[in-house]
Amino acid sequence: MSIQNIDNVTRRNFIGGMFSASAFVLATDLLPQFAWGDTNENHGKAAAAALKPSLYLGLEPDGTVFIVTHRSEMGTGIRTTLPMVAADEMEADWSKVKIEQAIGDERYGDQNTDGSKSIRGSFVPFREAGAAARLMLTRAAAAQWKVPESECSAVNHVVTHTPSGKKLGYGELAVAAGKLPVPKSSELKLKARSEWRYIGHTAKDPKAIADMKDITSGKAIFGMDAKVEGMVYASIERPPVMGGKVQSLDDKAALQVKGVSQTVSIPPFKPPYTFQPLGGVAVVANSTWAAFQGRKKLKVEWNNGDNATHDSERYKAELLETAKKPGKVVRNLGDVDAAFSKGKIVEASYYVPLLAHATMEPPVAIASFKDGKVEAWVPTQNPQAVQDTVAKALGIKVSDVTCHVTLLGGGFGRKSKPDYVAEAALISKSVGKPVKVVWTREDDIKFDYYHAVAGMYHKASLDDKGKVTGWLHRSVFPSISSMNDEKSLYGFDVEYGMGLNDMPFDIPNQRAENGPAKAHVRIGWLRSVANIYHVFSGLSFADELAHAAGRDSLEYQLELLGAGKVLNLEAQGVGKYWNYGESLDRYPFDTRRLRKVLEIAADKSGWGKKKSGNGWGMGVAVARSFTSYVAAVVEVEVDKAGKIRIPKSYMVVDAGTVVNPERVVSQFEGAAVMGAGIALTGEISLADGRVQQGNFNNYQVPRMAQAPIQTDVHIVESNELPGGVGEPGVPPYVPAFANAVFAATGKRVRELPFSKAKLV
Amino acid sequence: MIKLKVNGRERSFDGDPDMPLLWYLRDELSMTGTKFGCGIGQCGACTVHRNGEAIRSCSTSMKELAGKTVVTIEGLSPTGDHPLQKAWAQGNVPQCGYCQTGQIMQAAVLLKKIKKPSDKEIEDGMAGNICRCGTYQRIRAAIKTAAKEMA
Repeated sequence: MSIQNIDNVTRRNFIGGMFSASAFVLATDLLPQFAWGDTNENHGKAAAAALKPSLYLGLEPDGTVFIVTHRSEMGTGIRTTLPMVAADEMEADWSKVKIEQAIGDERYGDQNTDGSKSIRGSFVPFREAGAAARLMLTRAAAAQWKVPESECSAVNHVVTHTPSGKKLGYGELAVAAGKLPVPKSSELKLKARSEWRYIGHTAKDPKAIADMKDITSGKAIFGMDAKVEGMVYASIERPPVMGGKVQSLDDKAALQVKGVSQTVSIPPFKPPYTFQPLGGVAVVANSTWAAFQGRKKLKVEWNNGDNATHDSERYKAELLETAKKPGKVVRNLGDVDAAFSKGKIVEASYYVPLLAHATMEPPVAIASFKDGKVEAWVPTQNPQAVQDTVAKALGIKVSDVTCHVTLLGGGFGRKSKPDYVAEAALISKSVGKPVKVVWTREDDIKFDYYHAVAGMYHKASLDDKGKVTGWLHRSVFPSISSMNDEKSLYGFDVEYGMGLNDMPFDIPNQRAENGPAKAHVRIGWLRSVANIYHVFSGLSFADELAHAAGRDSLEYQLELLGAGKVLNLEAQGVGKYWNYGESLDRYPFDTRRLRKVLEIAADKSGWGKKKSGNGWGMGVAVARSFTSYVAAVVEVEVDKAGKIRIPKSYMVVDAGTVVNPERVVSQFEGAAVMGAGIALTGEISLADGRVQQGNFNNYQVPRMAQAPIQTDVHIVESNELPGGVGEPGVPPYVPAFANAVFAATGKRVRELPFSKAKLV
Repeated sequence: MIKLKVNGRERSFDGDPDMPLLWYLRDELSMTGTKFGCGIGQCGACTVHRNGEAIRSCSTSMKELAGKTVVTIEGLSPTGDHPLQKAWAQGNVPQCGYCQTGQIMQAAVLLKKIKKPSDKEIEDGMAGNICRCGTYQRIRAAIKTAAKEMA
């Protein structure tokens, strides 16, 4: 999800006519010496192939199929999954498929790998690319045999003339097929679901993850591992307070360090902060270590600016206070105030602190400025944003920036923001050599685009049967929109449409409000974004209401959902509902699917069979996000010292049609771990405008023993359109975990992380 | 001059003796399978073997390696099919993959010391290795698979 790409992705038709080989500039002269290993970029191979029916696919006469992945691989398996789609429609033999990682290029359309939309956005174009290849190969064979096309069939890399039994391999047909006109979309016959050989199945060989062998043998090339000829290394001392500037610099001692060649000043950003570098002083050296050592010797005095008094404790109190006052109304249905005039009233405030992404691979980038052009090798989720950002920073044309995409050692939204690439490009321009900027873990934790801190207030009224008659949810958070507008105080439809104005419960009187908050750090998006705080508070509060009504939480959530229907949110008090960039016609909001995942979760987890309490408990929550429907059940044990263990979790997901179920399962296992970490220990805090955490010793993430021990993932069989997969597991997991802790201990944790709560 | 053996090959180093082994492996030998994750021995992504023990190469200086034998992921198995590597593939363990070489190197020492580790022994043995993608349950299972094959 990015600010620029929140509108419906324009679905360009890539079939036919859009490709010209000469448009591809082959930039092999600077290909990193060791950079790609067997994780070969294969740059330009599809475009240079004999048969190329689409930007995404090329077939060579030796039978090799190059399939282009224009999305970034950060652990979701997309480098494997997208090619599965095209290979299936092509009837390609998977063993003959090679993957080409795309450079940044606007002709691919949106390449920003976030918002859980790679399959949603690319399923159709990749199917069409494969189907076009299959049709052209069939036509070429029919022409060669002088038989009707209808008598030929293409199966697993071979075209057969059924009546005569004559066969031709795809490779043998590549050149002839390449001379045929590329068929129009309307001519293509897509395979029936029953004919899919890869989509919805999981290859049993190691190709289940295309990069498996490289990863386990250390040959996989992440951004941190890339190298280019003549490269130097840089480490940057950045302003400790957001918006600070260098007041004075003494770099004499730094320049004395062996291997250090020079220092380079990086100008502070011009507000708003967008994707600009934070500024500071770079130390350039002939090794990473020398750059780190030189940096330690810098003497910099800072003009810290307005954010130097920012303090998380005070800010927290302000957010929670603001949440108690009326805010901007973002959903209004019925008459909440009238509902609150009678019945039992329940109120609660919730808090979620700032979070850092902490990808295992810290931000890193290589950029080479030469003759007014930049070539970059980057672990980026968004290579086109790299092009735009670098072009702007250096005052050059977007088309003069080439961005190669390496594997990413984790992304989670951090690597959609290419500030670190602009740093490398600016330094390269200054030193006249390719530069690799390496962020330390401390840089990563202290200079992130943080997931927003949020204060929430909930109020509800219950009638004498325990039924909810009114629901108020107020949310106050520094908005992602501060990225593009430094005066921003309010959120926008993307943040509202993540668990605030699309709360799915069938309650006649509802109001959602957003109060003002100013950003004092860079705010960005992190896996599942505003759902993290909205669904945590909303589904924790639902559990509180179940308790207040004396009801079982799972049954109560089903009751709150009502019989189930397609919601018409805009008619139900929501001004504008963004629906994750999709139309409501294609991706309706269907609460029957929420009911179904809850019901399956109840069954799979044996919900209600064992009584909670005495340090053991189960919690449940359900949410729709990124157009997918997910229920989570978490089982916890809390010992007498208050130590929490999560022996078992259950995730039930309805993500519509799934392409690579094995990778879907792994995403939900991972979401459980990330959700557990957010709940247990996730917290970034500031004092005097400075981030207080700096590494995994004080920004703790789950290790094996703290992580959920076993997560069972159940995928609901569905013929619906594909939904998101990477993010939707996190939102319900966090409240399900909190509800489990309540069930086990009777302690309601309303402020994250749990590590600050007294559970015993 | 510091002499050491890396993946069976004699090497000599005459740079800054305080430089961690990690940067020697990555920047000088171009063995990038050993990863930089935290720089302070907190995450285990840089795990290698020194005389058969798992160490954090990000916080082990070159002077601590004189006369020692170092094995990195590149040297664990010449064909990349150590029982752990096979078990990792069989269980589709990795997501992004960045931490996995360190996980495998740590697990290799764990299995050398404990032939059939219990869940608790796996948790303790792997406690220094962070996976941010959350592949822990598959790591646990893959270690058990490899232990069976090695038995």
